[in-house]
Amino acid sequence: MEYFLQQLINGVTLGAIYGLIAIGYTMVYGIIGMINFAHGDIFMISTFIALIAFLALVAMGITAVPLALFLVLLIAMALTSLYGWTVERFAYRPLRRSFRLAPLISAIGMSIVLQNYAQIAQGARVKPLPPLIPGGYTIMESATFPVQLSNVQILVVLITMLLMVIFSWLVASTRLGRDMRACEQDLKMASLLGVNVDRTISYTFVIGAALAAVAGIMHLLYYGVIDFYIGFIAGVKAFTAAVLGGIGSLPGAMLGGLLIGLIETFWSAYFSVEYKDVAAFSILVIVLIFLPTGILGRPEVEKV
Amino acid sequence: MSALSDHSAGRRLEFVTALKRALLSALIAFGLFSLLIGIRTDTGPTGALVLHGRPEALAIIVGLVFVGALVRELILGERHLMPSRLLPPALLAQAKSLSRFFGLALLAFAILLPIIYSSDRYLLDLGIMILTYVMLGWGLNIVVGLAGLLDLGYVAFYAVGAYSYALLAENFGFSFWICLPLAGILASFWGILLGFPVLRLRGDYLAIVTLAFGEIIRLVLINWQSLTHGPDGITGVPRPSFFGLPFNNDTGSFADTFGLEWTPLHRIIFLYYLILVLALVTNLVTIRLRRLPIGRAWEALREDEIACRSLGINTTNTKLTAFAMGAMFAGFAGSFFATRQGFISPESFTFTESALVLAIVVLGGMGSQIGIAVAAAVMLGGFEFFREFAQYRMLIFGLAMVTIMIWRPRGLVATRTPSIFLGKEKDIDAELVRQARAKTWSWRRARHD
Amino acid sequence: MTDAAADPILTVEHLSMRFGGLVAVDDLSFSARHGDITALIGPNGAGKTTVFNCITGFYKPTVGMLRLIHADGTTYLLERLFDFRISKHARVARTFQNIRLFAGMTALENLMVAQHNPLMRASGLTFLGMLGFNSFSAAERSAVDHARYWLDRIGLLDRADDPAGALPYGAQRRLEIARAMCSDPVLLCLDEPAAGLNARESSELNELLLFIRAEHSTSILLIEHDMSVVMEISDHIVVLDYGVKIADGGPDAVRDDPRVIAAYLGVADEEIEEAHAEAGL
Repeated sequence: MEYFLQQLINGVTLGAIYGLIAIGYTMVYGIIGMINFAHGDIFMISTFIALIAFLALVAMGITAVPLALFLVLLIAMALTSLYGWTVERFAYRPLRRSFRLAPLISAIGMSIVLQNYAQIAQGARVKPLPPLIPGGYTIMESATFPVQLSNVQILVVLITMLLMVIFSWLVASTRLGRDMRACEQDLKMASLLGVNVDRTISYTFVIGAALAAVAGIMHLLYYGVIDFYIGFIAGVKAFTAAVLGGIGSLPGAMLGGLLIGLIETFWSAYFSVEYKDVAAFSILVIVLIFLPTGILGRPEVEKV
Repeated sequence: MSALSDHSAGRRLEFVTALKRALLSALIAFGLFSLLIGIRTDTGPTGALVLHGRPEALAIIVGLVFVGALVRELILGERHLMPSRLLPPALLAQAKSLSRFFGLALLAFAILLPIIYSSDRYLLDLGIMILTYVMLGWGLNIVVGLAGLLDLGYVAFYAVGAYSYALLAENFGFSFWICLPLAGILASFWGILLGFPVLRLRGDYLAIVTLAFGEIIRLVLINWQSLTHGPDGITGVPRPSFFGLPFNNDTGSFADTFGLEWTPLHRIIFLYYLILVLALVTNLVTIRLRRLPIGRAWEALREDEIACRSLGINTTNTKLTAFAMGAMFAGFAGSFFATRQGFISPESFTFTESALVLAIVVLGGMGSQIGIAVAAAVMLGGFEFFREFAQYRMLIFGLAMVTIMIWRPRGLVATRTPSIFLGKEKDIDAELVRQARAKTWSWRRARHD
Repeated sequence: MTDAAADPILTVEHLSMRFGGLVAVDDLSFSARHGDITALIGPNGAGKTTVFNCITGFYKPTVGMLRLIHADGTTYLLERLFDFRISKHARVARTFQNIRLFAGMTALENLMVAQHNPLMRASGLTFLGMLGFNSFSAAERSAVDHARYWLDRIGLLDRADDPAGALPYGAQRRLEIARAMCSDPVLLCLDEPAAGLNARESSELNELLLFIRAEHSTSILLIEHDMSVVMEISDHIVVLDYGVKIADGGPDAVRDDPRVIAAYLGVADEEIEEAHAEAGL
């Protein structure tokens, strides 16, 4: 029972991280119908940015962890957004009117570029970071197994919830959110009605990248180790989450993220660790075959 | 006089604008590269990370961006940077006779290569590798180029072919010539199995699912140690023989029988011609199929699936056939790969391989056989050429993929040749041909719930 | 009312189509006779294309029975037949509101694709074709001749090798009809075939449809807004408004039907006042 509870806590935390990345996928797919292959690597870049920023701040003398983390948050979000914007501007926008495969190949190319860029710039070895937010609480205790809820985990879930609220408000109530929804429905019509489509799409990428940056910082705090390859796997899992929850749906992305996080954690805990990635990929396949619109997604009817 | 000063005032304004834009680009570059290039993290003596500054590298890169942006702004001014207008049109899209001549010339060169360079092992190996990817490209072309199905997991069938050969040879002692067709059949069987549930998915979803399949197979290969020997791979894969005559230095071997002095090059040359024949078979089968109703149905499927259905075409079976055929050729290529290397491991079957083959097909353009062959030669030749750059090789590869897509999204060969004609065979311009269904025409159900 | 009960090719019984809460077609019943040209008309949004999509297998009707009866008596229940089978077995062909030609293929290739099924059989599911058997070459030659016949009929023989996407609009519409005919249907469903055609092209279209009906005894079901086409060639007209049938009969009867006029043109203010007065409001 205690073991189960611990996995539950771990799974929710992991799920929150996946959910934040998944939002980036789902938003981009919703608005321009493209799978942003490089999004997972944007997440990876953000972890590097966060790591280096933090170490640099410490080296400059800012050792108070909360302050440093706050600054890292700002810096990482800003710079990752810049990456997101740049990738869209140079690798995707010229291909927007092109046929299906072109942006996909471009995205794959961009993913390769980002991975190798990180590898060349910072070396191929893993980068560790000592735990910054220590401590936690023991919730339940049995003879053999204490159930622990760490402060990091609390932080992750709280920040995620906060961001979800902010973000939902953004999409529902602001001008930008309205423009996004309009573009999602009908790109051409939205542009004819005066929506600046290019700018709206850019914003979509930027916001997705910013959220990925938050996920990146949390990943860094939670796991304490990063390398240039984590983007690929995290990307596929987050995309699975987006599809599972219903592509194009924001609460769906979060729900999907939670589910994937829980499934992965429970699978590793009760079955086998080696095959946990296979589990994630298999779920993707199963979801796409049997439930392509996802749990909260809207069914699409092709006009004949 | 005033016209002149206006003119020079205009030029000054142009220059200032260009300068501003270049500065903006440099600023963005600075933002992007400041942390990751400007600072280097290394593992220090205690295991913790140590920072080093790299201001020179950062300065150089930002400087390059600035200069590059400035040059671009000044030379092109207000016009969009559309390189396709600067550079000459597709070399291969000229008169039909020219492209046919080019194809024959290429074929002749391929056939004569081992004879001309019979002692250059490096070149022969490179030739074998390029031909392997040409074959893979032609195989994937059936799926992606002709039928318009986005397959990102092609490497899975390549792996099935390779492992089938290795395991059949290891466990049953079959020779290469028996394993080859068996590997192809197994791979196409696998293609049907994988394809059946997923081929009704649209565009990008199909791409992701096939990607997932590719990864699942790779992970299973790594983890199912009892069957596949896991990450260690399978060694001692039997080498090919010249129809029973082994390529070694003993009596009764190939060299002995033909009275030649033994060199390891005999085997290499044999392998070269073997892959050449396999690739040519792939090519000929594809060309023939294109003229048959199934091939035409593939291309019609790519153009408009709904219209196909309305004409009574069983689109599911059509897709499955394309998938299975593509898988079969990948299986053949895989078993060739196994016998060529003598050793296989899951490392050779990563997603990057699928991406590479897909890039070759897309770069080749329009399902064109020649285009794909040239694309394979260029990409792999380029890959080899940059071997000295080691780390930077993949980075350049990725950049090349992006650049080529932006420059020529339709690929090298920008025309499609009709499969049948009444009077005159006219090539169709790429702009008219659909590559794969786009998302643009879909409406969501009215939300009346 | 024409007696469509005799010798029908298509009977639609109590067809309803619901999308979530939206009722697109409500309890529609009508019959189309063999060899007739039946027109389905009504203002925009009346549900005509929805009916078409149900008949041609693109939508599954929520409720209703669609019976297709061949000349030899074989009956097909179209609501159970789905997808490509409606064309292949029941032999119902259609054209689309937004032309769906294979734009990157030549006109000839388009017509060859339409003959896919007989050619596949002749090629022994490709195997015989691969081996170059004569039976396939003969079949292919006859298919090309069939295509040539239709290209000639629609006046595109000299443009047979041009990509379909490069043809002028009117030619594309004709080609789509010819392509549908190449699949040898007993019922041809045309979705707004006259859309975007000028007067001359419309009358050429009329000629073509009358020719099809006469020479090939193909029944035609068409959706159309262009009254010059509808009134000129239809034997039987069904009028829809808001998913409901409001008239069903010959061209003359329908043309003068006040409900049809009201649906298209609306009702004058005085008439509304009269109706209110009568009802005592």
